[in-house]
Amino acid sequence: MELICPAGTPAAFREAVDAGADAVYCGFRDETNARNFPGLNFSREELRTAIAYAKQRKVMTFIAINTFMRAGQETLWHQAVDDAVALGADAVILADFGLMAYTVERHPQQRLHVSVQASASNADAVRFLVEAFAAKRVVLPRTLTIADIARLANQIDCEIEVFAFGGLCVMAEGRCSLSSYATGKSPNMHGVCSPASHVRYRQDGRELVSELGDYTINRFPAGEAAGYPTLCKGRFDIAEERGYAFEDPVSLDVMDHIDALRSAGVSALKIEGRQRGKAYVAEVVSVMRRALTAGAAERPALVSRLKALSEGQKTTTGAYEKRWR
Amino acid sequence: MTLPLAITAPLSFVPLVAIESVVQRVFARVIAAHPGLFDRLADHAAKRYAFLPSDLPIGFLVEPSVRRISVHRKERAPASDARMEGEFVLLLALLEGRIDGDAVFFSRDLTVSGDMEAMLALRNALDDCEIDLPNDLARMSGPLAPLVRRAGEEIRERALGRVLKEETSQWN
Repeated sequence: MELICPAGTPAAFREAVDAGADAVYCGFRDETNARNFPGLNFSREELRTAIAYAKQRKVMTFIAINTFMRAGQETLWHQAVDDAVALGADAVILADFGLMAYTVERHPQQRLHVSVQASASNADAVRFLVEAFAAKRVVLPRTLTIADIARLANQIDCEIEVFAFGGLCVMAEGRCSLSSYATGKSPNMHGVCSPASHVRYRQDGRELVSELGDYTINRFPAGEAAGYPTLCKGRFDIAEERGYAFEDPVSLDVMDHIDALRSAGVSALKIEGRQRGKAYVAEVVSVMRRALTAGAAERPALVSRLKALSEGQKTTTGAYEKRWR
Repeated sequence: MTLPLAITAPLSFVPLVAIESVVQRVFARVIAAHPGLFDRLADHAAKRYAFLPSDLPIGFLVEPSVRRISVHRKERAPASDARMEGEFVLLLALLEGRIDGDAVFFSRDLTVSGDMEAMLALRNALDDCEIDLPNDLARMSGPLAPLVRRAGEEIRERALGRVLKEETSQWN
């Protein structure tokens, strides 16, 4: 299986390549990608240099253009595809059907991957994307079990990529409106979930309070590990109890299930974290590279090192090992 | 890794102007070595960023748009738009991008407040710049450069090793 690694800056890109990535995914510094955070992402020139660095080391570059086009402003997204092709991207990762149509019409030779943001999670949806847009790979939402993935793999004619480690989106990706509800901005249209412009942290006595827009997301007592200020990981008063309505602050880690994912027909494992620093990229990529080649017995010790880098300093197998249905 | 009192206590008595003179020279050296350091800040370059080492009696205020750093006593901290607080060694490790900012935030070793968009932009700008303090300091040390570089790398290795060990031991 390929190891697909994140990069939010040129420095992180080089770390990913040097640490053993098979491919690095990244995006332009604008609203065309779902990690449109301040100070993050690549100019065209930075990406040209990064792709050359990767090609010299036989590493692929995938460019994520995975937000949804706004009516009347399609040129921004069309230009991003044109530039990605011209820069020599090994694949473009797309979510918008209109942008997929544009890409296959204008650049029929360009390899096209379906972003997790397209939320293609059943055989009919994936087959449509393969037939209509010649998609070569689909990145599956983090809502399927390993058994679901195996059943799907038997019914489709394209590669499957799944998230294996990092931030855990628990909603149907590309269709989540929680951030939009609280702030007016969403990952789907603006490339930002819980935008930093709407985030506030403050100390209230010994508690760390995180706020998003007008909402209090969480209150962390002294000594408790903190998480991102997203509504889906918020702690709320529900009836008589205070707790996590959707999911705890926790990261995804399915490295204990590598063999099962391989048997299920997965072609590539993705590491989440384009918004993370280069130290995270270097550590996670090198550990995951070693875990992929290590025996099953050695993997837990290797991967346990990554808990310290995880949201809430905890990890879960999420829906891959769904027990609540 | 908290700095020992033998290092931190004298800073309460050393004149600010002396500390600031050294800090400004180092800051100028880093800017010269990394001219693109603040490019990623865009409009956030006009913001004022406070760095408050929890184990030192002093704080630092960085104003990227005018390429200025100032030093102040904590009880007389000037106004700032965004603030970051943590142990001095941790802040230096973040400056060099040797530890992940989100990870030390999750572990509660780092506190951030104020304008999060500005602070995130600065964090990402620093992370991309590959600042190497021992190397940058060595370049301003003339014939002592090899000595300064070696000493700096030794101190960093020890301090960073302790920071990472402390981070890891918290969840073991």
